[in-house]
Parts: sequence; structure tokens; C-alpha cells
Amino acid sequence: MLVINTCRNTARLVQRSAWIRNSFPIIGPSITSRTFSLGLALRQQDVVNVTFVRANGTKIKTSGKVGDSLLDVVVNNNVDLDGFGACEGTLTCSTCHLIFKTDDFEKLPDKPGDEELDMLDLAYELTDTSRLGCQITLSKDMDGLEVQVPSTINDARAA
Amino acid sequence: MTSNLLNICRRGLHTSSVRQQIIQSATPTKRICIVGAGPAGFYAAQYLLKNLSDCVVDIVEKLPVPFGLVRFGVAPDHPEVKNVINTFTKTAEHPRLRFFGNVALGTDVSLQGLRNQYHAVLLTYGSDQDRELQLENEQQSHVISARKFVAWYNGLPGADNLEPDLSGRDVTIVGQGNVAVDVARMLLSPLDALRSTDTTEYALEALSRSQVERVHLVGRRGPLQAAFTIKELREMLKLPNVQTRWRSDDFSGIANQVEQLPRPRKRLTELMLKSLNDQEKLSSSASKQFLPIFLRAPKSITEGEMEFSVTELQQDAAVPTAAIERLPANLILRSIGYKSSCADADISFDARRGHVRNREGRVLKVDASDSVDAGLYVAGWLGTGPTGVILTTMSGAFAVAKNICEDMAANALDTSTSKPGFEADDKRVVTWDGWRRINDFEIETGKAKGKPREKIVSIAEMLRVAGV
Repeated sequence: MLVINTCRNTARLVQRSAWIRNSFPIIGPSITSRTFSLGLALRQQDVVNVTFVRANGTKIKTSGKVGDSLLDVVVNNNVDLDGFGACEGTLTCSTCHLIFKTDDFEKLPDKPGDEELDMLDLAYELTDTSRLGCQITLSKDMDGLEVQVPSTINDARAA
Repeated sequence: MTSNLLNICRRGLHTSSVRQQIIQSATPTKRICIVGAGPAGFYAAQYLLKNLSDCVVDIVEKLPVPFGLVRFGVAPDHPEVKNVINTFTKTAEHPRLRFFGNVALGTDVSLQGLRNQYHAVLLTYGSDQDRELQLENEQQSHVISARKFVAWYNGLPGADNLEPDLSGRDVTIVGQGNVAVDVARMLLSPLDALRSTDTTEYALEALSRSQVERVHLVGRRGPLQAAFTIKELREMLKLPNVQTRWRSDDFSGIANQVEQLPRPRKRLTELMLKSLNDQEKLSSSASKQFLPIFLRAPKSITEGEMEFSVTELQQDAAVPTAAIERLPANLILRSIGYKSSCADADISFDARRGHVRNREGRVLKVDASDSVDAGLYVAGWLGTGPTGVILTTMSGAFAVAKNICEDMAANALDTSTSKPGFEADDKRVVTWDGWRRINDFEIETGKAKGKPREKIVSIAEMLRVAGV
């Protein structure tokens, strides 16, 4: 289990750094291929489909792997949500705030901890079913999950 | 219409450089100058580069180094908050962005000069001043602003000679915002916890000789108006060898009101009440104390003490009564808010409130007409006043950048003639490559000490390392 976790974390880190550097040509092809081969091996049974719904109703359909966080899904797929995940999943901002449907929210295995709630308290449009995307780990039974993105993140209406 | 435009812009991002040149030759490249390389500037740049495919963005920054308060404000023991630098760096390395460090508005360049060179100018140079108590003796050496203290431990050029007197037992901080709590935490944290941060070496040395044992955090209003946020309080409560002691009188009647509060205020108040309750039950062997004190308004400053009026709340406002209390204060740190300065005489500036006069980020004309000065914008604390977390600044900067895009699309500002942009001439300008050299040098120097970086504090040294 530990080995699996380590592999998974490594894969996640590799993908994360690939995202950070994706505008530079420096990145080596070896890293890309490693990510790819791991992705291929997991593809069949571990894909979890996720839909992000913007405040204006537009839907972004994408997917992640079991074990990814919802922040990973946004990062790895370059999902077009400006400013999402500013602190890169370290529980020091609330820019990955997502709103769940009540049923989905109640099914989440882990309840938010104090630190997550502290950050959510600073989010705009806080609801009773709000969570931080960086704290939600995908499992197979979340396939088809639909989450709402608060308008202040992707529409930047707040002045 | 807007979405069509956005789609065209987005597609433009993916076209080849040849194709882009064709697009650009049809209409002049839109040149936008951002003044100030802090979070507001970088977030606005990110939005503009993404949504205006035919724009180029230049960021000019007074200091040779970028990132503003992320580098010079965020506490050194909060490195995670600084992760935003990764996104800012990605923005800075975008092919349509140029960085010019060591270029100050008002001295090296004038606002009028920039407006001649660019279609739009966005001011994001932040808040570099602080509000004063307006008390006699405030200029004495044992009274310093929390802003300067933060700049001191964070290595802002020019702040290294502050020499705060940490030889006394009691520090009294006036104000209860997150800056005040940051400063209290820096004064009370075990030094070993700070040695692995990018706290400047001279600050670590001074803190190692600190005799400070008690930090009073004084606010004019009550617990329900406390300005610090819950994360910062929770951190204080967990600080090793530090006991937080509340005054139970400050909390009379508070418990009854908790249920009606909105969730963030409710959770914060519950945490304070829990901590108050725990302090009665648990004994503590901690040698240092963090002492939040409510309902006290600053009245006068004397040697070693500070006098406060006891206040009463009337409609959420603190009204001083005749009663007074004296608190021991070997050092007084004033932390009642930042304000901005007016960098150029052509900026329409509200000196009383300390920010640029604007409507949704559109700067108003200098005259009294209250109309918008087309092509001039403001974002971040310079426009909104010094409040809010990174999310607030990010959303605000995106909103102003969106207004710039919309104004350009609506021809609210003239983009028909081409503009030259900034010309570096013979000035000692630090480019992004120059910053990378400074960055590499700082990280390398930090390695030997087990720190993420050792910041260069002198501007001359920054310029030398940058190779200009």
C-alpha cells in the first residue's frame, strides 16, 4: 500500500511540475513518457469522470484517476479556471472552493477538518456543501461527479 | 458577443507566431503597462495575456526584484502562501510579457510618459505607508510601525537598519489584524522554527537576543469585531512554549450571541471562547504569553507604558469612556492599517483614505468632474485600500483586467495608433533574466544555512548579482 501511495504521489508531483513548467521547452521527454505510461496502465478501471459547472451554467467535462484530488484534476487537464489552486493544495488559500450537491457532499468519506473549514470561511459564496477541491480525493464511486465553481473564481465579478 | 470575442482571443493564443504577426500587423499591438510587480499586477497580467491575444504587457517595478508583499509581507513561516510565486513566474515567462525591475514611477518614469508609451496603464504599486495613531510621543524610537517591523524581518531594502529594541519584557501591539498577529508570532516563536525560514539573518540574530516574554494585542472593539482570521489565531494557540491568555471580562455576554453569527465569525468566536475556557482549566508551564486585549483605545504613550481608554461598544463602534488602563510597553508596534502613497502628481489620489480614486478600477480624472480618465486603471490595495487575503486581491485584479479588455473591445480607449512601449535607454533595468540570477544566488546562499533562500537586502548587491 505504501508503495502504491508513493508511486501515486510521485506521479502526481511529476504531473504537477509538468504543469508548472509547461510553457518552457526545457522539460524532458522522459518525464512526459513516464506520466503517460503510468496513465495508460491505470486507464481502464481507474478513470473518474468529473464535470465542473461554472456559475454561468457552462460545463467542463474532464476526468481524473482514483487517488487524484480535484485540484489535481484541474491542474493535470489544464481546466480553464483562472486562479484555481493558488497555494497549490497547502491549505493556505480558498481559491479551489467547490460547491457540491447535497447528496454528493454527504457521501464524501472524510469530513472537512478545522484547517479546511478555516480557509473555507474566507471563501466567497460559502455554502453548507462547500469544500476545497485540494482536499477531495477521487474514488471510483465518484464517477460522474458534478461540482459547481463559485462565480468569483471563474467570472471574477467581485471588485 | 463577449463569448465570441473570448473564443477568438483564446484561439489566438494557440496560433503560430507567423499567424500572430499577421493578426498584429492588421491592428496595432495593444500595449499595456502594469506598475508594480505584486500579486495584483501579476494576476491582472495573467488575465490580460489570456484574454487579449493581441496585447503585450510590460510590468515595471520600483525594486530590482518582483512579487511585492508575497516576498516582503507574507510571514517567513508561511512558505506555502508563497506558492503563488510559481504561477506568477509562469506569467512572467510568457512570451508577451516583459519585466523591468528597478524602475520607479515618479522618479525614473512619469505617469504621463508611460501613458504616451502605452494604450493602457494599470497601477498596482500597493501600499507602502501606514496609518498613525496621531498621539504625542509617537515618533519616539520605542514606537515603530508593524509594517516596518515586517519589512525588517523580510528584508525589504532600506528596512534593515530598523534596530527594534527587543531588550524589554513587554511588547504592546496596537491593532488586531493579521499583520499584528504575524508580528506577535514572529516575536514569540521558538527561534529554531524560524531558522529554517527565509527570515533575514540580521533579524534572526536580533531575535536570538530578544528578551520579549509577553506580547499584548490590543483592539478598540470587542471579540465579535476581532480583525484577525481564524487560521492565524489557531496558529497562535498551537505555538510551543506560548500560552494565550484572554480576559474573561472581554467576553461577557459573547457566548449568548454565538448562535446568531454568520459561520466564519461564529467559528472564530467559538475558538476564542474554547481557548478562554481551556485557560481556566489547564495549567501552563509556557514561559511566554500572548495576551489579546479588547475594548481599549490608544490614549497616550510614555516611557515603558502605554495608556488606553476603556471603550464601550455602541452600534459596533468603540466609544471611549472616562476609565483608563495602563499596559506595560517596552516596545510599541503600531498595526492599524496600511495606506498608499501618491507616486506621481498626475494620479487622482485620495490622501485622506490613502488610495487612488477609482470606479471599479477605472481611475477618475484629477479634476473634480468625477469622470473616468480613459486608459488609466488601478487594482489591488492601491485601489481598494489595504484589506483582504490573496483571493480578494486575485478576484479584484481579474475584475479590473476584465474591464480593460471590455473597454478596449468597446473602443472606450484609443488603440488605433501604435505605441512604442517602455524603452530601457541607459537606466539600470533588471529584466526577468536578471531576477533569475538574483533568485538562483539567493537560493544557493540559503542552502548553506538550511534556508529556502537568503534574501539580498541591498539594492546595489541585487543589481550586481543581476549583472546590470
